[in-house]
Amino acid sequence: MQDLANIFIKAVFIDNMVFAYFLGMCSYLAVSKTVKTSVGLGLAVVFVLGITVPANFMLENYVLKEGALTWLDDSFLNVDLSFLSFILFIAVIASMVQLVEMIVEKFSPALYSSLGIFLPLIAVNCAILGASLFMQERAYANITEATVFGLGSGVGWFLAIVGIAAIREKIRYSNVPPALRGLGITFIITGLMGIAFMSFMGIKLEDSKNSTDQVVNIEDNETELK
Amino acid sequence: MTDKKESLLSKKNLKLIKDPLDDNNPITVQVLGICSALAITVQLKPAVVMALSTFFVMCTANVVVSLMRNMIPSRIRIIIQLVVIATLVILVDQILKAFVYDVSKELSVFVGLIITNCIIMGRLEAFALANTPWKSFMDGLGNSLGYALPLIIVAFFRELLGAGTLFGYPIIEKLGLYELGYENNGMMILPPMALVTCGIYIWIQRMRNKKLIEEN
Repeated sequence: MQDLANIFIKAVFIDNMVFAYFLGMCSYLAVSKTVKTSVGLGLAVVFVLGITVPANFMLENYVLKEGALTWLDDSFLNVDLSFLSFILFIAVIASMVQLVEMIVEKFSPALYSSLGIFLPLIAVNCAILGASLFMQERAYANITEATVFGLGSGVGWFLAIVGIAAIREKIRYSNVPPALRGLGITFIITGLMGIAFMSFMGIKLEDSKNSTDQVVNIEDNETELK
Repeated sequence: MTDKKESLLSKKNLKLIKDPLDDNNPITVQVLGICSALAITVQLKPAVVMALSTFFVMCTANVVVSLMRNMIPSRIRIIIQLVVIATLVILVDQILKAFVYDVSKELSVFVGLIITNCIIMGRLEAFALANTPWKSFMDGLGNSLGYALPLIIVAFFRELLGAGTLFGYPIIEKLGLYELGYENNGMMILPPMALVTCGIYIWIQRMRNKKLIEEN
């Protein structure tokens, strides 16, 4: 459980999609003019990430990875399809987004009318593909971890876009140098927010086993200091 | 086919290349392709490799989509474009892995993210779907140069001020500035400074070019 919390916190704050990796910047800059629309887009991103990351995790572990196809037949042991991952991940994302759009439209017209226009945008939001690729690179152990990572990344992105939208709403009343208005100041504010988020670096929730290790380490350090 | 009569390097076509460099720069004016642009500007080398990869993918994708433009049903055009781009990106990724493995490791997921680089999708949507292959090629060339320009300038300053090197060559050390008490600004290497550097680039560009100034 603590492992999962750790992954979640790490994805939200430390490895924040926007501030640490600049993913999803395009829609982040384009749709952050008012808080209301940014909440809509943020929710849609959380939703889609929570679905596509586990879906791509299954794909990665049962189809693409070297030796992943052994559940079909032992002779596939040496088949490595990972060079296909880009094209398959993006296909999964595009079709998932389409599917989610249709399901939401059918069952919750109210949600659809608030998320509707943002859903197609999301297919080409790099944060979505980026999360799948990070999931592949970091090799999460099981599907729960992958899902938690996906949701965490989504929440991190949500926080970032809502934060910048709130600041941009206020900054309209400030006297920004003309050449810096609009895009320029948004960039610099994002940079400052990124520095603020960097203070989360180093946060780690320890599980009981590691924390005893840490105590030992501290004691070691103390003896060294003496 | 009126543009058959036009010479291949007519003024209009050259404008397709020049425009994206300043007036219609993909990064600072159209706000496309920011994600990858900022993440790989810590050093010059990955920035140059990224610019070259994007150049290849963009020009080829523009030409391919432009050739197919009359055959693509508009309902499913996005997925077709994604497939074309993804195929090209896989090619680039495999080539990078084979020839410059260390750079490809450094770029990590960002090669894959060329697929969702909005710059490519954006140009396909806005230009290649409606224009002839040659024009689309010029547009791809112009936009990838326009993409490369801020990328390389930002990377230049970040590597010079942050690590004191250029392309890995320790230029500050050779100039002997360290003895004079100069220190590297470690902050330039951190991700947030990419945004601030880019913000300053936009600031300077817009001070020179007044018509780009935004209302709000």
